[in-house]
Amino acid sequence: MCETCGCGDPEIVPIEVQERILSDNDAQAGHNRSHFEGLGVLAINLMGSPGAGKTAVLEATAKAAAGRLKLGAVSGDLATERDADRLNAAGIVSSTITTGSACHLDARLVHHALHHFPSNDRDIFFIENVGNLVCPAIYDLGQAANVVTLSVTEGEDKPLKYPVMFQKADLVLLTKTDLIPHLDFDVGAVEDALARVMPGARMLKVSARTGDGIDAWLHWLQERRPEPAERPPKAHAHHGHGHQHGHSHEQR
Amino acid sequence: MHEYSIVASLIDRVQHEAAVHGGSRVHRLHLKIGELSGVEVDLLKTAFDTFRERTICDGAELAIDTVAPAWACPACNQCLAAGAVLRCSTCGRPARMVQGDEIILERIEMEAPDV
Ligand SMILES: Nc1nc2c(ncn2[C@@H]2O[C@H](COP(=O)(O)OP(=O)(O)OP(=O)(O)O)[C@@H](O)[C@H]2O)c(=O)[nH]1
Ligand SMILES: [Mg+2]
Ligand SMILES: [Zn+2]
Ligand SMILES: [Zn+2]
Ligand SMILES: [Zn+2]
Ligand SMILES: [Zn+2]
Repeated sequence: MCETCGCGDPEIVPIEVQERILSDNDAQAGHNRSHFEGLGVLAINLMGSPGAGKTAVLEATAKAAAGRLKLGAVSGDLATERDADRLNAAGIVSSTITTGSACHLDARLVHHALHHFPSNDRDIFFIENVGNLVCPAIYDLGQAANVVTLSVTEGEDKPLKYPVMFQKADLVLLTKTDLIPHLDFDVGAVEDALARVMPGARMLKVSARTGDGIDAWLHWLQERRPEPAERPPKAHAHHGHGHQHGHSHEQR
Repeated sequence: MHEYSIVASLIDRVQHEAAVHGGSRVHRLHLKIGELSGVEVDLLKTAFDTFRERTICDGAELAIDTVAPAWACPACNQCLAAGAVLRCSTCGRPARMVQGDEIILERIEMEAPDV
């Protein structure tokens, strides 16, 4: 019996689903994860407010890792290719995911970018998400870790105001620390806020401007890279999971 | 506003279930939304009201259960107070979220001949 509209239709039936609404995205993210694992690449979902310094951190990372690590990146950008251009100039093989009006990347967008990415031999693959402290955290992209940039100009209370983002973070990069002498920024206060929203809170202080802290960040990344034994021969990695695509995959 | 993309996924899912069960009109959807899921219930309702038109969910009602966050120690199961540092005061381990990040479609009430 329908209680909503009183239509008296006896054939209203409850259908149990009990599933995540984003289960399609979860499945696609799982597929991306097997791509990354197949390629033996460490995938990092880099999130943070607009202008928090995501691209700048990657530029500084490229400088510090030059000759040691092969870096790749895709950047979610509403309308321009500016970030990918900056990253390519810094030596990171990069492409843009144009999101239009979307305020986050989802697993399908990342998958498409992966299949058109110009290189298959990267050691670390960064996914620079759309600048936004709210919804990028909701969408699994297949990454191995979530890293959130928080700049010292944003204020110490951001973790308490945007708990979902920080709760999902594996690491917080406190960026633009070269500016601390010019501000009333209390590092202890941001650490306390993080401890209340992020289990096993971990924060590194970095400045892309001076390069301070970038070595510790590189070390954190190195520790998370898959063991060489887990990296299968590249030629077989891509199609190891046997899926269908609407386009061909020539070796690039 | 990602609530719109969540609603789009929701309606896709309902359409799929309706096709499987030969269902037609949807009367009500039961959702479970955690307070730390990143989804605003009011925005979700507004997005649903806009998007349901001319879909199988036209005229359907959203019944939403919100879930308050809870954290506990994974080792000794001790619960943590709201707003506390997310570390077990007894054994020092990082806490684990027990509930509060749900974005779940629990149940669909629809007109359907076979279930
Ligand atoms: N002083 C200082 N400024 C920085 C630092 N890192 C970034 N900036 C400045 O902050 C601004 C934004 O930096 P981006 O790297 O473009 O930030 P983003 O997070 O990639 O920005 P979107 O991708 O647009 O969200 C630029 O003007 C940078 O010069 C830093 O370490 N120190
Ligand atoms: Mg950027
Ligand atoms: Zn979004
Ligand atoms: Zn694929
Ligand atoms: Zn493929
Ligand atoms: Zn404990």
